[in-house]
Amino acid sequence: MNELPKWAEVVLVPLMSLLLAAVLSGLVILAIGESPLGAFQLMVQGALGSTYGWGYTLYYATNFIFTGLAVAVAFHARLFNIGGEGQAILGGLGVAFVCLYIPWPHWSLAIVGATIGAALFGAAWAFLPALLQAKRGSHIVITTIMFNFMAAALLNYLLIGLLKPAGSMDTATAKFPPATHLPSFQDMFSTADNIMFRGAPANVSFFVAIMACIAVWILLWHTRLGYEIRAFGHAESAAKYAGISPTKIIMISMMISGALAGMMAINNVMGEAERLILGSVEGAGFIGIAVALMGRNHPIGIFIAAILFGFLYQGGAELALWTAIPRELIVVIQALVILFTGALDNMVRMPLKKLFRLFRRTEPAGV
Amino acid sequence: MDSLTLLLILDSTVRLAIPLLLACLAGLYSERAGIFDIGLEGKMLAAAFMSGAVAFTSGSAWLGLLAGIGASVMLSLVHGVASITFRGNQLISGVAINFLAAGLTVVVAQSWFGQGGRTPQLTGDARFEPITLPFADAISAQPGIGPIYQELLSGHTSIVYIALLLVPVTWVLMYRTRFGLRLRAVGENPASVDTAGISVVRLRYMAVVIAGVLCGLAGAYLATALQAGFVKDMSAGRGFIALAALIFAKWRPWHALFACLLFGFLQAMALRPDVIESTIGISVNGQLLDALPYILTVVILAGFVGKAIPPRAGGEPYVKER
Amino acid sequence: MTNPAPALELIGICKAFGPVQANKNISIRVMPGTIHGIIGENGAGKSTLMSILYGFYKADAGEIYVAGRKTLIPDSQAAISAGIGMVFQHFKLVENFTVLENLILGAEDGFMLGKSISKARRLLKSLSEDYGLDVDPDAKIEDIGVGMRQRVEILKALYRQADILILDEPTGTLTPAEADQLFRILGRLKDEGKTIVLITHKLREIMDVTDTVSVMRAGEMAATVKTSEVSPPELAEIMVGRKVLLSVVKEPATPGPKMLEVRDLKVVDNYGVERLKGATFDVRAGEILGIAGVAGNGQSELLEALAGYRKATGSVKYKGNNVDLSGVVSNAMGRRTDGIAHVPEDRQSEGLIMDFMAWENIALGYHLDPEYRNGMLIDNGAIREDTNQKMDRFDVRPQASQLEVKNFSGGNQQKIVLAREIERNPDLLLIGQPTRGVDIGAIEFIHKQIVALRDQGKAILLVSVELDEILSLSDRIAVMFDGRIMGERDPKETDEGELGLMMAGMTRGAA
Repeated sequence: MNELPKWAEVVLVPLMSLLLAAVLSGLVILAIGESPLGAFQLMVQGALGSTYGWGYTLYYATNFIFTGLAVAVAFHARLFNIGGEGQAILGGLGVAFVCLYIPWPHWSLAIVGATIGAALFGAAWAFLPALLQAKRGSHIVITTIMFNFMAAALLNYLLIGLLKPAGSMDTATAKFPPATHLPSFQDMFSTADNIMFRGAPANVSFFVAIMACIAVWILLWHTRLGYEIRAFGHAESAAKYAGISPTKIIMISMMISGALAGMMAINNVMGEAERLILGSVEGAGFIGIAVALMGRNHPIGIFIAAILFGFLYQGGAELALWTAIPRELIVVIQALVILFTGALDNMVRMPLKKLFRLFRRTEPAGV
Repeated sequence: MDSLTLLLILDSTVRLAIPLLLACLAGLYSERAGIFDIGLEGKMLAAAFMSGAVAFTSGSAWLGLLAGIGASVMLSLVHGVASITFRGNQLISGVAINFLAAGLTVVVAQSWFGQGGRTPQLTGDARFEPITLPFADAISAQPGIGPIYQELLSGHTSIVYIALLLVPVTWVLMYRTRFGLRLRAVGENPASVDTAGISVVRLRYMAVVIAGVLCGLAGAYLATALQAGFVKDMSAGRGFIALAALIFAKWRPWHALFACLLFGFLQAMALRPDVIESTIGISVNGQLLDALPYILTVVILAGFVGKAIPPRAGGEPYVKER
Repeated sequence: MTNPAPALELIGICKAFGPVQANKNISIRVMPGTIHGIIGENGAGKSTLMSILYGFYKADAGEIYVAGRKTLIPDSQAAISAGIGMVFQHFKLVENFTVLENLILGAEDGFMLGKSISKARRLLKSLSEDYGLDVDPDAKIEDIGVGMRQRVEILKALYRQADILILDEPTGTLTPAEADQLFRILGRLKDEGKTIVLITHKLREIMDVTDTVSVMRAGEMAATVKTSEVSPPELAEIMVGRKVLLSVVKEPATPGPKMLEVRDLKVVDNYGVERLKGATFDVRAGEILGIAGVAGNGQSELLEALAGYRKATGSVKYKGNNVDLSGVVSNAMGRRTDGIAHVPEDRQSEGLIMDFMAWENIALGYHLDPEYRNGMLIDNGAIREDTNQKMDRFDVRPQASQLEVKNFSGGNQQKIVLAREIERNPDLLLIGQPTRGVDIGAIEFIHKQIVALRDQGKAILLVSVELDEILSLSDRIAVMFDGRIMGERDPKETDEGELGLMMAGMTRGAA
């Protein structure tokens, strides 16, 4: 057998990739005259050293869980959805409509409505690329990229016109009504004499994200639809033999993917900004790619990878605040993670395989 | 719309089409050889930064150009190592390269110049100056041809003329030379090239490096000719529009020129909503014009304007058959 | 008297892939101006040997002599300059290039193409005249047929001035007429002094065209003899060696009512080519109908149409009821619930998902089965349990339901597919190439299972390109050629010769 053992596949390979990305990022930090170790300490301190830091880390992580799951569900059907960004933008629009135009009595109802709105809008934005892939064979990577730009243009158009309150100068909608404001971690975990997560944006939608992880896990490995999605993703011809319709799987998995990306909006739009502003997705749709790759397309892996990227994001913000290292360093790390876990996977794997073969040779042969 | 406005818009069409054209041709070489390249955007951006930075530091636009090409080719090689040598996913590699460039340019610019992720303003020889073609002034008074020659054809930077020249050059190279024949073959059926005793890996690396050089030109044009210096994210999606143009052109050089001119024209018009309104009488939304290239691409991909068939072996790493 | 040096001589070639010894100490001499056949079963090591000759693989040991000179062949370029030309089974042509462009690819004169093109045009003309190799120089490959494509491949080799031409299974996709034409061309080439190595697993071709024949078996060179001094049965015996071949013990069939009635079934493929041109036959309960034929004569399309996932026209009745032929993929699911099981021809790309574990594959196509269901969810535990039982009954080794199927041997993979399809007690079994790439022990087991199913009164439609498999298993034989059923025969009243003729589109009366 020329295979790595399962644990190495799941743990060692991503860790190696991460290590490589970390070393290279360290070199970048060194090159611009800062101390990598000092930077790392600062990041840990800023992102994990206080409940405030954790509040930001988990806020970012919530976004990334949703977009990471979105990319992963599509990946399981062998579809590369780069459109998470656009779908998340549309999800924001859905949340805005639900929050602004429906009079909600309480946040607990509003979040249900907003989640549905976000999911529907996100799924709708994935509908056309999926349909074109299924029916006309148009490459989903290119179409979803195009739909990202269109989503940005659409939001821009709406926010300088239709959705902008009269007299406002901001490219943003009006504030959502207070009944739709989600409880933040500060509201939820603070006691009278012990304020936790002060001012941090992490909110109740983090738990929705965890539920989404569980739901995706059940979907993929414990439902018949999930079986069909994975079968199609592994071998289209075998799926056809089994009677699984390619059109159906492409459509459904892309719409689920779009819905998950859209659902991110309950965190950043409803939970944090409490209104829809321009550019609030902040590239989270793309980070989903790194998160899914690193998390090996498994909800548990995605959860961990999302926390890691949340840490990087918050830590990176701290770095930018206290050192000369700009926030964009995170984008570099993200790029390196995508490169090593996605494109250079074989490079990371090869020495590991050799290593394991070396070990195996000393054991008696057997099947 | 008067003729002078038209000329000005056409002139800015050319200016805006040039970076698209260079990136589009870059994609053409790479994808014709079977390597998908959605990292055009990132390579352009990296080149824009390096050329801006080196042009400022050295005071020479040409040195800047070289440095820009160098940066872009480096990223090309990363793409090559990932997708040719290690047979990784070309799309993922392209995505990674885009982010790598987006992040590194700002990080390095900040540490180098400390101006918030941009280079200082370029002046003098650090920028490519417009070239006045012979007799431009002499015949400018000539009605009709005069202004067209002076405004539209003359007065661009050397990169513009290089880019335009690259269209016929690419055509000849692709369809009339040994190199082009092999390059196209490797994108269609690499086994045919392999069994003919030619290295698939070498050919593909060559294509990827050429793509790097062309993206380098495109980036340098952005930072040292179209504008005076690098600013964060200045490629602004041009790499993706170039990709769209490439599909629109069905991977053919002359068609690529026309596709890029069309998209350049749309960009030029988006800058002049007043002209559109006065010409067709209705106010066309600027965001719609911005989105038009992308919408067009989707329509083309859907096969409603003739089917765009990419090179058959595109995106697939070559593994020797048993 | 001095013999001429052999055009090609291999001495002691060895090649192993991991533990598998694909070529063991192969030695062979090919004399110039002859057609030398290499015959052997699938997996005998023929392709590996050719890949070594063409520089795709490096031999672990051994030497190659070309025209008496020791030659190293590290890559294809070296093979070409040594004068070796190769015509692969799967053509290596660029589809949207013209014939001329394909001809010069890699053998251009100079940087600009103009000169090469006109030279190629001239040469093509003289080559077509010399050897009867007719092709249109400006036609695009995608617009020409298989026979002409093959001629382009031969021309490519000649254009590179090959003296030794190696053809790997050249008739696999040719019609008999095209094959005859090919052999005439090869004869002409031989007369002009070229040396030809013909690799095939078809006895008839060896007997018809070769001067000498080498037989490969299990990676070894079993014998080299003059073709004129050997008979087909002798060759066959050397080829299969001591292999106890296909003596399936079975009682006479007791056919029951008609289970499947196929009338004028037609299939047009995605490229608009009619692959199945009106097939008509019946399969009764308790009998095995064997469909014989050269690969690519419509058998695959027949199976796919009957299994429900390929669109077809005509009429098919199963148990007297009309069957939906619209080819909507979900029909494949409906067929299963109606009791039609299907073992596809290609288990690696259709019958199994190689990255799935054994138990996941046991559910493939049956994943909607109520037994595998637990409320809204799929009952993985039930599937695993079922898998363990099925693997046990079919003696799948290792009996590890959690192992990914790519880690099983070919025979055990096929047993997993069979366990899935047969254990559900279908009324009709469609089975394609049941023993392709399967080791001998498993072949016997698989054949027994098929016969046992028949004896339970089930209907079986067997498609196989292996004539002896068809002959020993079938109760009736239908021969397919060019999308049509050429006729039906009783296996007790026919022989390989007659069936072979029918597979080539001829009947004994007409021949």
